[in-house]
Amino acid sequence: MAHAVSTPAGAHGGHGAGHGGGHHDDHHDQESLKTFGFWLFLITDVILFGTLFATYVVLRLNTDGGPTGAELLEMNGIIISTFILLTSSFTSGIAVLEMNKGNKRGLILWLAITAVLGASFVFLEVNEFMHLVHEGANIGTSAYWSAFFVLVGTHGLHVSVGLVWMVALILQLSRRGITPVTKRKVSIISLYWHFLDVVWIFVFSIVYLMGVM
Amino acid sequence: MLDKIKEFASEFFVTGDPLILGAQVSIGLSMVAIIFVLTFFKKWRWLWTEWLTSVDHKKIGIMYIIASILMLFRGGVDALLMRVQLAAPELEFLVPEHYNQIFTTHGVIMILFMAMPLMFGLFNIVVPLQIGARDVAFPFLNSLSFWMFFFGAMLFNVSFIIGGSPDAGWLAYPPLSELSGSPGLGQDFYIWGIQISGIGSLATGINFVVTILKMRAPGMKLMQMPMFVWSVLSSCITIMFAFPILTVTLFLLFIDRYLGAHFFTLDGGGNPMMYINLIWMWGHPEVYIVILPAFGIFSEVVSAFSKKKLFGYKSMVFALMSISFFSFFTWAHHFFTMGSGANVNAFFALTTMLIAIPTGVKVFNWLFTMYRGRIKFTTPMMWTIAFIPCFVVGGMTGVLLSVAPADFQFHNSYFLIAHFHQVLIGGVVFGYFAGLYYWWPKMFGFRLHEGLGKWAFWFWNIGFYVCFMPQYALGLMGMTRRFNAYDFDMGWQPLNVVSTVGAFLMGIAFIFQVWQIAHSIKFYKKEKDGDAWDGRTLEWSIPSPAPLYNFARLPQVTSQDEWWEEKQRIANGQPAKPLVPLEPIHMPKNSGIPFIMSLCWFTAGFGFVWDWLWMAIPGLIGVAICMLVRSFSYDTDYYIPVDEIERTEAALRGTK
Repeated sequence: MAHAVSTPAGAHGGHGAGHGGGHHDDHHDQESLKTFGFWLFLITDVILFGTLFATYVVLRLNTDGGPTGAELLEMNGIIISTFILLTSSFTSGIAVLEMNKGNKRGLILWLAITAVLGASFVFLEVNEFMHLVHEGANIGTSAYWSAFFVLVGTHGLHVSVGLVWMVALILQLSRRGITPVTKRKVSIISLYWHFLDVVWIFVFSIVYLMGVM
Repeated sequence: MLDKIKEFASEFFVTGDPLILGAQVSIGLSMVAIIFVLTFFKKWRWLWTEWLTSVDHKKIGIMYIIASILMLFRGGVDALLMRVQLAAPELEFLVPEHYNQIFTTHGVIMILFMAMPLMFGLFNIVVPLQIGARDVAFPFLNSLSFWMFFFGAMLFNVSFIIGGSPDAGWLAYPPLSELSGSPGLGQDFYIWGIQISGIGSLATGINFVVTILKMRAPGMKLMQMPMFVWSVLSSCITIMFAFPILTVTLFLLFIDRYLGAHFFTLDGGGNPMMYINLIWMWGHPEVYIVILPAFGIFSEVVSAFSKKKLFGYKSMVFALMSISFFSFFTWAHHFFTMGSGANVNAFFALTTMLIAIPTGVKVFNWLFTMYRGRIKFTTPMMWTIAFIPCFVVGGMTGVLLSVAPADFQFHNSYFLIAHFHQVLIGGVVFGYFAGLYYWWPKMFGFRLHEGLGKWAFWFWNIGFYVCFMPQYALGLMGMTRRFNAYDFDMGWQPLNVVSTVGAFLMGIAFIFQVWQIAHSIKFYKKEKDGDAWDGRTLEWSIPSPAPLYNFARLPQVTSQDEWWEEKQRIANGQPAKPLVPLEPIHMPKNSGIPFIMSLCWFTAGFGFVWDWLWMAIPGLIGVAICMLVRSFSYDTDYYIPVDEIERTEAALRGTK
């Protein structure tokens, strides 16, 4: 793998130094293209969550005589996981600041803290789901619970995918350090992480706060 | 043991229908033949390195087009089978169950696996060349999109020989499409086939928005882009906003069927009408997604063959963008009869009628472009001219359908069937044919035989009117869609027979097109000049087919129709632009990951369809591994050195 980075440089090494600068721009362009593409992906993800929120709102009263959210949802645990996720967004922000300072160790450390916080969030969510199932509310109980589990679960799935991605990035950073490519990757995952935080604020308000009201 | 295998095979394969048995045998034979030919001519490696792993937008485009023509054949055969049944229902050519499967697969295949890939094929081939770029923004993602589409389409298509076809209509309304109404596997093939290819479409949408916004040649302003590029931009923005809704809707239906949730069921508090709202929030924009690029193609063709600048460029851009915007506010006109009340129906009736205005603007723009032009009646131009009256009639019947009170009569009748076939064939298919004929020399470096093309053109057009005009009348006489039989007393048979004759005329037209392609390959004559039609836009400024890197030097753009203006400048004796020195070109490396990853998706989908977790879970793990391998590989691009560019250019242009 180590020789891979030098391949482009090697390939044009024999053609004079005149266009070395141009290549650098090429790479730069590529990274900014990818960041822009990721912003567009986030727009599509907003639509995805928007659709799930819409179905939740349509089905929120359809409990079919079964348990309601107000009866089973426990706010204490949710408030704890909300604070954990919000903190992880903050720590991922610090990671980016460390990256901009060029501090590889700090970057990896704060990313690792973010990942640990994210993992605890997922752990708490799985616990909550198991508790709910134990209490007699599963995905097939009623339309309300179908909408609840799919909306909250889709967010949890996004966080879990982000975790795997973050671990992969930490490995890449420790091997390659801070390069234009890894820099772009860290910015993108931090964007993704903040986005999931914003979605969670809506989940917290619409599903939990309004659910127990 | 043997009995167990027999039992499994009789569940696994669709049995008991002579038509399907014939298809199974012929599919088996052709697969053996393909494997034999590839092995005999030692072409496996060539297939893998040149095509399956290619990230070159031109090759991906060609693969999209080949796949879509195969799908057109299958969708067309479905249509002919239905027409045979309807011409003589007393013969019971198709039993009701089989008829249900065929109208379902006909609809899905024609929209999602014929129109969409044909459109993506043209996007891929044309857009980078028209904006003076060397590839799309994300070539790897582009290849992934193609293979996701391809394996999604295969998963859907395989259902008719393995497991059974879906039969709940092309949009699979619940509760019929729920487990209670469709306990078979067909509906699961439907969900996974469309879901997998839909993710690919979404990625293509993002890819082309970035390509168009960020990769235009130096100097090309947005308002100097060729009209086709504008139409692709509007279509891709619509994809970005519409396709996530499809992803969610199909996912929820899957959860209902697989985990027993109650989103769309009749019991447990579910709401089937919510599915119908959601699917049309995607479905209505979807029809604009496929028609907008056709509008772009017509704009290119009409201006090239009238030898005039496109009339009303700005109003055309405005019309494209406003259609793309309003397409999100008309969905409920598909179910005025749902009973959502007069106010809701009035809103959706008005927004629907509103869309007729920008569309009318475009029609007048095309007419004024032709006005006083020196029109050349080539095949692309003939398709364009045939499109205008056809689409105007189809559009006007659409306005009739949008009148909510009247729609209570038209709803789900053959009037509706005739209407949407007229806009989809007369608009989308005619448009993509015009595009295929127009850009064919650019794709392959040789022309198609014009004479055979004209035969195909006339058979298509006459066949179209003979087939669909009677259906308007049948609709008003009360014939509704999705029935395989009707009573002789209804008096519908004569018009149905006429309609079937028309369908077969279109079938003959397709044969003419295949003949045309085969004939043109046999009498192959290489295009000497890249500029086959004396064109106006940048794709005609480079050799046909374009070299791997498209443009040896990135063009400097100063005006709309840059290539035409450049030719005018040279003709007027002005000096050509000075040649800047060549530089090494940065290109992406080929990759096998998109193919393997899509194959893993196929495996996962197939596993979920059969509820074989031992197959589905490894499939999903394979997907994850492919993503990680990609994330860890940094050696993804290379440079083409200057001397290689010089050699290629000399070889391509030296024959001039």
